[in-house]
Amino acid sequence: MRVAERVDALVVETSEGAQGLQPRRRTDTDELGREVGAVLRQSGLTLDPNDVDYERRDDETMIINMGPAHPSTHGVLRLMLELDGEFVLRTKPVIGYLHTGMEKTGEVLSYVQGGTNVTRMDYVSPIANELGYSMAVEKLLEVEVPERAIWIRMMMAELNRIASHLVWLATNGMDLGATTMMIFGFRERELVLAFFEKTTGLRMNLNYVRPGGVAADLPDGWEDDVVLICDTIYERTFEYDELLTGQPIFRGRMVGVAPITAEECLALGVTGPVLRSTGVPWDLRRSMPYLAYDQVDFDVIVGTYGDNFDRYAIRLNEIRESVRIIRQCVEKMPKGDYRTQDPKVTPPPRARIDESMEALIHHFKLFTEGFHVPAGEVYSAIESPRGELGCYLVSDGGPKPYRLHVRAPSFVNLQAVPLMMRGGLISDAITVISSVDPIMGEVDR
Amino acid sequence: MTSLSLTAPPGVVTASVMASDLGCFPTPEQYVDLVRSFKEDGFEMCVDLCAVDYLEHLDRALPDGIVATRFEIVVNLLSLSKKQRVRIRVQVGDESPIIDSLFSLYPGTEAMEREAFDLFGVLFRNHPDLTRILMPEDWEGHPLRKDYAVGKIPVQFKEAPGPR
Repeated sequence: MRVAERVDALVVETSEGAQGLQPRRRTDTDELGREVGAVLRQSGLTLDPNDVDYERRDDETMIINMGPAHPSTHGVLRLMLELDGEFVLRTKPVIGYLHTGMEKTGEVLSYVQGGTNVTRMDYVSPIANELGYSMAVEKLLEVEVPERAIWIRMMMAELNRIASHLVWLATNGMDLGATTMMIFGFRERELVLAFFEKTTGLRMNLNYVRPGGVAADLPDGWEDDVVLICDTIYERTFEYDELLTGQPIFRGRMVGVAPITAEECLALGVTGPVLRSTGVPWDLRRSMPYLAYDQVDFDVIVGTYGDNFDRYAIRLNEIRESVRIIRQCVEKMPKGDYRTQDPKVTPPPRARIDESMEALIHHFKLFTEGFHVPAGEVYSAIESPRGELGCYLVSDGGPKPYRLHVRAPSFVNLQAVPLMMRGGLISDAITVISSVDPIMGEVDR
Repeated sequence: MTSLSLTAPPGVVTASVMASDLGCFPTPEQYVDLVRSFKEDGFEMCVDLCAVDYLEHLDRALPDGIVATRFEIVVNLLSLSKKQRVRIRVQVGDESPIIDSLFSLYPGTEAMEREAFDLFGVLFRNHPDLTRILMPEDWEGHPLRKDYAVGKIPVQFKEAPGPR
C-alpha cells in the first residue's frame, strides 16, 4: 500500500517534463492520434477508437526507458516505450542528448571553416555532409567546379556510402547477436578508411570536399587501391549473403518485422533506403541527378514489403551498386584540376607564396577573413546513405553564413520509429531502430 | 528544367529562386491553403521546414507587396512525380511569431516544427505536441535567435576565451 502511494511521487521525481510519455489514463484519442492517427488517415484508414482502452488501468501496462545510453540504440537515443507484456504499444523517441548547437556554430565560422563543422554531423558518412554543404555554397558563389573534382567527389561519396552501409550491416548484425557480421563489417570498412587516410590525412571528419573542389588530389597509385577495395568488398558481399540472407534466425527476426507503407513514408517525409524499401524508386542520384550521376550506370534498388528484411537487402545491394559506380569512376576519371582556379575561393599555390607578397596576402586573407559569398538563399540536396541530406544556406554577403540549416535524414526518419514499432515485440524494437539507421550526431546536430 | 507548369493560386506572390525552384511568399493567412493546394497538386512530401531569424536584415530584398518581418519560416516541398521542388517563405512576425501548423497536411513536419519552436521560439497553432526537442526541457531562451549570444565554457588553465 505504501509503495502504491509513493509511485506518483516517484513519477514526479523522475519525470523529464513534457517530453516524457504520458501515463495511460491521460492517453485519449488525441494523444493516440498524435502518434499514428494522422499517418493512418493519410493511408486512407480511420483511427479505431477501440484502440484506446480507457478502462485499462495504469498498472497493466508499463512505461520503460530504453537508453539514453543503451548499446543497441546507436548512440544516445532514448526511447520511452509503453509495454503490454512483451508488446510495444506506444513509443516516443526523446532526442537532444548529443545536441551541440552545430547550426549556431556554423554561423560564427567562415565558409572556409564550415566544412570542419558539417563533417562532424553525420560522422559515419562525412563526405555526404561536406558535399551537401559545398554544393550549396557553390550554388550561391556560382563557381564552376572542374570535371576532375566532380568525379573525385562522386567516387569518394560512393566509397563513403559503402563504409556507411558496412557500419550498418555490422551494427545491425550485432543487434541480432550476429557478432561475426560485426567483425566482418568493421574489417571491410577499415579498407575504405585506410584509403581515406591516404588521400585526405584523416580516417573520419575529413573536411576533404570543400567549396570549389576537393582539398587534395588523389595520391599516386590510387587506381590500384580503389580497384583492390572494389574487388575485395564486392566479393565479400557474397560472404555476407551466405552469412545472413538465408540464415533462419536472421530471417525470422527480419522478414515481415516492422513494415511501413509508401503512403506512410511520404506523409512522414521519410527518405532513403526506408522509403525505397516500400517500392518507391526515389533516389536523388537518379531522380534529380547531381555531380555526374547521369553519366554512370547503376540501378536503384527497391523493395516490396517495406519490412526490415527489405531494408537490409537494399543496403546490401547498394554496396554492390556503389562498387559499380566506383569502377566507372576509375575508368572515366578525367585529368585536370582538382579544385577551381578561381582565385576568389582557392588560395595561390604554395610556391607562389614564397616569391610574391600579393600571393601571401591573398593566402592570409582567404584563411583569416574567408571569401565573401553573394547574398541569397539556397537549398541543395543530395542522397546521403540515409536519405535526402539538404543544406539550406542563407548568406547576407559576408564571409560567414547568416543561417546554416542541415536537413538531416536521420532526424526525419526517426519519426517513423513509433509507427513501425507499434504492436511489435520489444525484442524487435532493437532491429527497428537499427533498420532506420539513425546517426545521432546528425539527429541532434 | 521544365518551364514551371505549376502555378500558385491567384493572390500569392511568387518568384523564381535559384533557377529551377519556384518560390512562394504567402501571407500567414494564405499559408496553409497554399500548402494544401500544392499537396493536391502532387507535392507528396514536405522535406524540410526551418526558421530563419532576420534580426540584422529587416530591410532585405523581398518581392513587392511582402512586408519583411524578423522571423521567417521556410518550407521545402518535393514532388516525386514531377521531380520538382517548391520553396515557401512565410513572414511570421517580429515579437511573438506564430503560424499555423502543417501537421494535419504533412505529419512529418511534427519534429521539424518542434525544432523551429525550440531553437527560434516560433509558435505553431494546432501542433499536437509543441515541446522542446533538442534543448533540455527547462532551458531558457531560444538559442538560434540572433540576439542569443554564443555561450562560452570556462576552460581550466586558460583565460576565459572571448567570443570568437
